[in-house]
Amino acid sequence: MSVTAPPEHLDAHGRAESPPERPPARARSRAARSPRRRRTLEVLLAYGLLLPSLLVFAVFVFYPLVRQIYLSFFLTPPFPGEPKHYAGLSQIQQVLTSHDFLNSLWVTVLFVLYTVPAGLVLGLLLAVLAHQQLRGIRFFRTVFSSTVATSVAVASVIFFTLLNPQIGLFSYWFGRTGQLSVLDDPRLALLAVSVVTVWQNLGLAFIVMSAGLQAVPDDLLEASRVDGAGPWTRLRHVILPMLSPTLFFAIVVGSILSLEAFGQIDILTSGGPLQHTNVLVYAIYDQVFNQNNQGRAAVMTVALFLITLVFTLIQIRLLERRVTYER
Amino acid sequence: MSAEHGTGTVATALGTLAPGFRDFLVGAGIVVVAGTVLLVLSRRASPTHRRQAALVGRYLLLVVLAVIVLFPLYITVVDSLLQPDQVVAKPPILFPTHPQWSSYATAWTQGHLGRYLLNSFVVTGVIVVGELVTSIAAAYAFAFLRFPFRKTLFVVFLATMMVPVEVTFLTNLNTVVSLGWYNTYFGLTIPFLATGFGAFLVRQAFLGLPGDLRDAAELDGANHWQFLREVALPVARPAVAALGIFSFFSAFGQYLWPLIVTKDDRLRTVTIGLKFLANSQLNNFNVIFAGTVLAALPLFILLVVFEKQLVRGLTAGAVKG
Amino acid sequence: MGRVALTRVTKRFGEVTAVSDITLEVEDQEFLVLLGPSGCGKSTVLRLIAGLESPTDGSIEIGDRVVNGVEPKERDVAMVFQSYALYPQMTARRNIEFPLKNQRTPKLERARRVEEVAETLELTEVLDRRPAQMSGGQRQRVALARAIVRRPEAFLMDEPLSNLDAKLRTQTRTELIELQRRLATTVVYVTHDQVEGMTMGHRVAVMENGVIQQVGAPTEIYDHPANLFVAGFIGNPPMNVLTGLPTSEDGRLAIETPGGGIPLTAPQQDAVRRSGATQVAVGVRPEHIRLDEDGPLRASVAVIEALGYENHVVCRLEDGQQVIVRLRAEVAAPREGDKVHLGAEPRRLHLFDATTGARIGT
Repeated sequence: MSVTAPPEHLDAHGRAESPPERPPARARSRAARSPRRRRTLEVLLAYGLLLPSLLVFAVFVFYPLVRQIYLSFFLTPPFPGEPKHYAGLSQIQQVLTSHDFLNSLWVTVLFVLYTVPAGLVLGLLLAVLAHQQLRGIRFFRTVFSSTVATSVAVASVIFFTLLNPQIGLFSYWFGRTGQLSVLDDPRLALLAVSVVTVWQNLGLAFIVMSAGLQAVPDDLLEASRVDGAGPWTRLRHVILPMLSPTLFFAIVVGSILSLEAFGQIDILTSGGPLQHTNVLVYAIYDQVFNQNNQGRAAVMTVALFLITLVFTLIQIRLLERRVTYER
Repeated sequence: MSAEHGTGTVATALGTLAPGFRDFLVGAGIVVVAGTVLLVLSRRASPTHRRQAALVGRYLLLVVLAVIVLFPLYITVVDSLLQPDQVVAKPPILFPTHPQWSSYATAWTQGHLGRYLLNSFVVTGVIVVGELVTSIAAAYAFAFLRFPFRKTLFVVFLATMMVPVEVTFLTNLNTVVSLGWYNTYFGLTIPFLATGFGAFLVRQAFLGLPGDLRDAAELDGANHWQFLREVALPVARPAVAALGIFSFFSAFGQYLWPLIVTKDDRLRTVTIGLKFLANSQLNNFNVIFAGTVLAALPLFILLVVFEKQLVRGLTAGAVKG
Repeated sequence: MGRVALTRVTKRFGEVTAVSDITLEVEDQEFLVLLGPSGCGKSTVLRLIAGLESPTDGSIEIGDRVVNGVEPKERDVAMVFQSYALYPQMTARRNIEFPLKNQRTPKLERARRVEEVAETLELTEVLDRRPAQMSGGQRQRVALARAIVRRPEAFLMDEPLSNLDAKLRTQTRTELIELQRRLATTVVYVTHDQVEGMTMGHRVAVMENGVIQQVGAPTEIYDHPANLFVAGFIGNPPMNVLTGLPTSEDGRLAIETPGGGIPLTAPQQDAVRRSGATQVAVGVRPEHIRLDEDGPLRASVAVIEALGYENHVVCRLEDGQQVIVRLRAEVAAPREGDKVHLGAEPRRLHLFDATTGARIGT
């Protein structure tokens, strides 16, 4: 029943219970048997506690992952019930070199480039402005973090209406009433989707940056003030360096969020116009539900997984380091 | 703005804008410039003036930014309170002088928003509770128990964070269909009842428990349940609360999975319902806006009430342990 | 009853041996202090007794049963931690009550015993506060109360005073001694503070490198340190130690040190001869050194530390070695820079084999 988990290298497996020299018979049997039973119970309890999670993971995370990889080697006919054909690497090669896939990849990269740096800069700007002792600053903090409470769907529907070519307020303001909608304009659609995304993620960016700023020790700021540094110098040479882990974290998390963006595309543009907003995730969805081609979708899914994997590995690295070593 | 305007100046670009918006842009520009000028000038002025000028400058910047961030939300609320013909009026109405609430009633009844919200709450509630329970259980094992393959299994938990829903949804849809869970609450919730992130977050909090406390509890004769309930959980409460709120936000905002795993109004969550509302009420913009407000309201209330915990929670993973 | 006995106990953490072949018996109602520098293994001994660690080898008895492999909660010992280890979310009352609750003591009985202990330790007023709302001294007493309320066979205390400020520490020290006498229970008390060791324990066990160097009454340890380590660890200012070669002149043995030759008594000479030590360390407590015109050591006064009730005269021998002389305030002190001669009564000298550290003679 030990509740103490010793540091890994100190693990003293059962050996400690070697029988002492000539103990009374009753004590001896206790010393020899009960610890082993106790350890068995502890192990059983541990597996019992992990079981629910492991079941969910096995069925809904690892099995699908393996199946996607498996499926990417097969041609799947669009009609259910027909047999799959093993295609080896040919389908993978064909998909990866196809115009559609490369386009989706390019759109995804562009989308990440449009959203991540902008979100980062705006979030930092808001955080720096809100990071001072002013009357009513709490109100501004709440306002700046407010978009956290808008789900992707809410944000998308709001902007979808505001950008409506007939009645949308933004269409009117930008003098585009009655013209082609921004969302249907091949040159502007992805940009518009990006703006919506940046706006929706602004609250999160603000909160993360604020927390990072709070971690900058006050005496450091005071020291730099005493040393005669102006606000700009302070930002550049004191705050930003101290903030760099947070910035890095925000870049990684922001990239993952953008890589996995789906709702705003589905509601705002459905991947159009002319595939100009057809990011990878939407292309996968499209393959499955509109083109009925699971094999192709699987290849793209595996590609998406590999890209996400790189970012997530970095993220876990960061999490582990920060969370464990800061104590 | 377009290629023909390649040589266009700021003035011609402004010319394409609606007069009202042009005025707003110019106004905002003046405020920002004035604020910046004040901030810059303030460094030369006398100390008292400098402080006042800097203060005014800061407030001006904050106000302008707050207006920009808040505007989409504000106009949503305003439009939801207008008559349908007022919504499309030119120039736009920016303040509801005669607010009318019938749009909310329409959204609630005809748009089934009530039903959608209820579904969202049920689904979110189940996911939050489930995730907390599985996370605490797994975290307890990882933090306090010794068993073979502890490290390996922990890596397995972390690995789940590397597989996004977008990779698994296709197979999971098949799985859910074959289990007979398509278009049921089971299908909506069970895949999300455990996350590696949750277990990780709570484990870290448990590991932060001073070793002496564990020893003391052991000497005081606490069993596992007593130790968890009376010692470990109270200490880890901030992390658990953060996880709960975080889980609530992400479950409530889910889009892709509820979209593909439901097929009728009885099961649709509010995020999906909103999309269908927007498609079905094409000419009643006030109703769409009302629905949007209703769909966003729960998270807003949650944000206002739990802002501190949320900030702590979101940053728990990011900045501090 | 409350006897605690360790027989040939060893504890290894991987390659590191924290406790090495320790045999120690604490009698019923005895206050035993485990004294040693940090990292000497004293806390590990305590944790072994508590059952928080299992010994690699050897047996541990509490009362009259061997407790190897017995769970901590069934050993009937209570522990007070350096950090107090109070449960932060519980009030003082619930903290104190916690062990009783786990033993399924009836509610009324529980309340009665908590009140009783709280009264003894003057905690009645703070019973409904949480640890964060209490002072350091109150927290310390709550930790003590949580231990007492169980009425265990033995108390294990791990530096329970070291988080208190100096004044409170002295006061609590006395209170703890009184409490132990009143409750008449066995206490094993771990500390690195020699003052606590000297003042609190019936006996003191001095530890170093996982080995018990000497066990005995405080005065015995002070007057007859078993080896160089104990000699240097106990006493403040520490014992002066000069190392030199035993040299024979006219059949009489003296120890030749950088400051001059130190003469020995006849029994001491015999003991040194019999020990066969090639190098001898001569130790003298600062209060036993005199400023003496005829003393064998030549030195100069470097610094005088005036403490009011006494003066510490820090002298340096020719080679820079330091010798501290403790003078009562009434005795006229020399001035800094003075050349002095130092001497001591031969029977006040402690002799050690400089290579092994072992005491020579009695």
